[in-house]
Amino acid sequence: MRIGRPVENKRKAWLAFAALAVMLLVLPFATEALLGRGWVRIVDFALLYIMLALGLNIVVGYAGLLDLGYIAFFAVGAYCYALLGSPQFGLHLPFWIVLPLGALLACVFGVLLGAPTLRLRGDYLAIVTLGFGEIIRIFLNNLNAPVNITNGPQGISMIDPIRIGGFSLNSTHELLGITFPPVHLYYYLFLGVTLLVIFVSLRLEDSRIGRAWMAIREDEVAASAMGINTRNIKLLAFAMGATFGGAAGGLFAGFQGFISPESFGLTESVMVVCMVVLGGMGNIGGVVLGGALLVLLPEALRHGAGPVQQVLFGKMLVDPESLRMLMFGLALVLVMLWRPAGLWPSTQRRRELTPGAGVAHQEQESVYDASK
Amino acid sequence: MTPRSDTLLELTGIGKHFGGLAALSDVSLHIRHGEIYGLIGPNGAGKTTLFNIITGLYQLDEGAITFDGTAYSHCKPHLLAHAGIARTFQNIRLFANMTALENVMVGRHLRTRTGIWGALLRNAAARAEERAIARRARELLHYVGIERPHQTLAKHLPYGEQRRLEIARALATEPKLLALDEPVAGMNATETESLKALLQTIRASGITVLLIEHDVKLILGLCDRVAVLDYGKKIAEGLPEEVRQNPAVIAAYLGGAAE
Repeated sequence: MRIGRPVENKRKAWLAFAALAVMLLVLPFATEALLGRGWVRIVDFALLYIMLALGLNIVVGYAGLLDLGYIAFFAVGAYCYALLGSPQFGLHLPFWIVLPLGALLACVFGVLLGAPTLRLRGDYLAIVTLGFGEIIRIFLNNLNAPVNITNGPQGISMIDPIRIGGFSLNSTHELLGITFPPVHLYYYLFLGVTLLVIFVSLRLEDSRIGRAWMAIREDEVAASAMGINTRNIKLLAFAMGATFGGAAGGLFAGFQGFISPESFGLTESVMVVCMVVLGGMGNIGGVVLGGALLVLLPEALRHGAGPVQQVLFGKMLVDPESLRMLMFGLALVLVMLWRPAGLWPSTQRRRELTPGAGVAHQEQESVYDASK
Repeated sequence: MTPRSDTLLELTGIGKHFGGLAALSDVSLHIRHGEIYGLIGPNGAGKTTLFNIITGLYQLDEGAITFDGTAYSHCKPHLLAHAGIARTFQNIRLFANMTALENVMVGRHLRTRTGIWGALLRNAAARAEERAIARRARELLHYVGIERPHQTLAKHLPYGEQRRLEIARALATEPKLLALDEPVAGMNATETESLKALLQTIRASGITVLLIEHDVKLILGLCDRVAVLDYGKKIAEGLPEEVRQNPAVIAAYLGGAAE
C-alpha cells in the first residue's frame, strides 16, 4: 500500500491532466507533421467511433444489454442531418438545430426498438437487435421509391458541412497566426463532443441511475425485487445510448459530406461492440482505448503492410486489405484468451485481483467446507 | 383493535398451477403486524412458490392477497417493493460484481429520486441525496454485522456475510414485511445463532418477518406462529409448540406411508 502525501498526489494528478490536455490540443498538428494530413482525418474518425463506443457502453457495459444493431442509431442521426441539410430536399437547416434533432430522433428510435425487446435477454436480445439494425439499413436502402426520400443505395451527397454561426468548419481558418485546416477544426469539435460524452458517462456511472443499470446487468430479478422499475431503467439505457449514437451520426454526415446505407451495415455494429468488449466493458478509459485502437491499428496496417512486404520479400505476397481482417481476427482471439475482461477493465474487475479480496475468497471456500 | 388492522398480509384461497401440476391449492393464511411468521414444509411442498407469489415474481391463478389493507393479485415485484415487501433469495442473488456498499445502495433506489438531470448536474439536492444513500447503506452494513471493507465485491464476501448482505439490501428498501427464503441454508451453528439474533433485532425494530425454513429447530425457536405446507396445501397453522405436536405435521415430515 502506498500512502503518499495527498497534496503531492493532487499536484501530480493536475500535472498529468495538464499534460494530457496539451497533448490532445497539439495532436492534430503533431499527426500532420509526422504522418501527413490523411492521418488527421483518421484520428477524426477514431473520435467518431469513440463516441459511438461510449454510447454503446451505456447499453452493453452498464446495463448489460447486448445490442448488435447499435449502428442503426448512428444511421438515424446521420440521415436526419443529411436530409435536413443537403440539396436532397433543398433544406439547409442550421447545424445547432439539425444535430440535436438527429440525437432526439435516435433517442425516440432507441425507445421504439428497446420497448419490444424488454423481455429478452442475452443471445435472444442480440439476435433481435441485430434484426432491427438491418431493418433500418434496408429501409434506408429502399426508401427511394415510390417517393424518393433517402436516394436509396446512391446515398445522399453534398451534405452541408458543419457551420457554427458564421464559422464554417469546411474552410481553412487562421487564428492567432496558426493555420487551421478543416480536418483540424473537425478534430477540435469532435474532441469537445467526445469529452462531453465522457463527462456524461462518468456522471451517470456514479449515480443512482448508474447503479440501477448495473444492478440489472448483474441480476434483473433481484433488481426488480429491490424496487427498480426494470422496464423504465432499461429503456433509459437504450435511449441514452441511442442519443449518443445519433449525435455521432450527425457529426459523421457533416464531416463526410456524403452518406449511403453502406456505411451502416452489420460489420459496423459488430465493430462498435468489439471496441467496447475489447477495450473493457463498463470502463470509460477502456472503451476509449478500444475505439482508438480499432480505428487506428487497421489503418496503420493498411498503410504499413505493403511497404513492409516489399522490404522483406521484394514483392506483395498478401493483399493488405485481406491481411487487415486476418490480423483483426487474430487480435480479437488473443485478447479474449489473455485479457477476457478487456485491455483496460473496469476497476471492479481489477479489484478482484487485489490481495485483500483473495483472502476473502479463500475464507469463503473454507466456510463452504465447514457447512458441509 | 379490529382483526383487520392487526393483519399485515392476508392470503385467501391461493392456487397456482404449473401445467397440470398444482403447486399450491387453496392456501390461506394471515400474518400479523410485528410477528415472525414461519413457513415450513418438506421439499417440494410449495414454500418457495408461495413466496414468489407473495413477492410478485409469480402470478397467482386463484385467490387474493391483501397487503397492508390493499388487495392485489397481479402486481409487479418492483411495485410490491414500493408497497413495502422486501425479500431475499434462497440461492443468493446479490449483485455479484458490485461492492457490498453498492449492493445496499441499490436497495435505496426506490426511496430516492435523483434522475438523469440530477446525476448529470450533480446539484446540491443530488449530492445531499447521494450522501444520505451512502450513509444509510453504511449504517445498514454495520447493523447486519458486516465489518469487512465496504468496497469488497459482493461475490468475495464469505457465504454467511453474503446472506447478511442480502438482508441489508432488503432492509434498505424500508420494508414493512421482510420475507426471507431459507436464510440459514448452508450456515454453520454459530452463523445460524447470530442470524437468529439479527432477526430478533429486526423484529424488535418493528418490521414483520416472514421466514421460509427447512431447519425446523430454528423455526420453532424463533417464530411466533408457524404454518406448515405439504403437497401445496396448508396442513397446520398455529403456535410452534402446537404445530410440533400436530399428527399431520409429524406424518408429513416422517413420512405417513412409512409408519
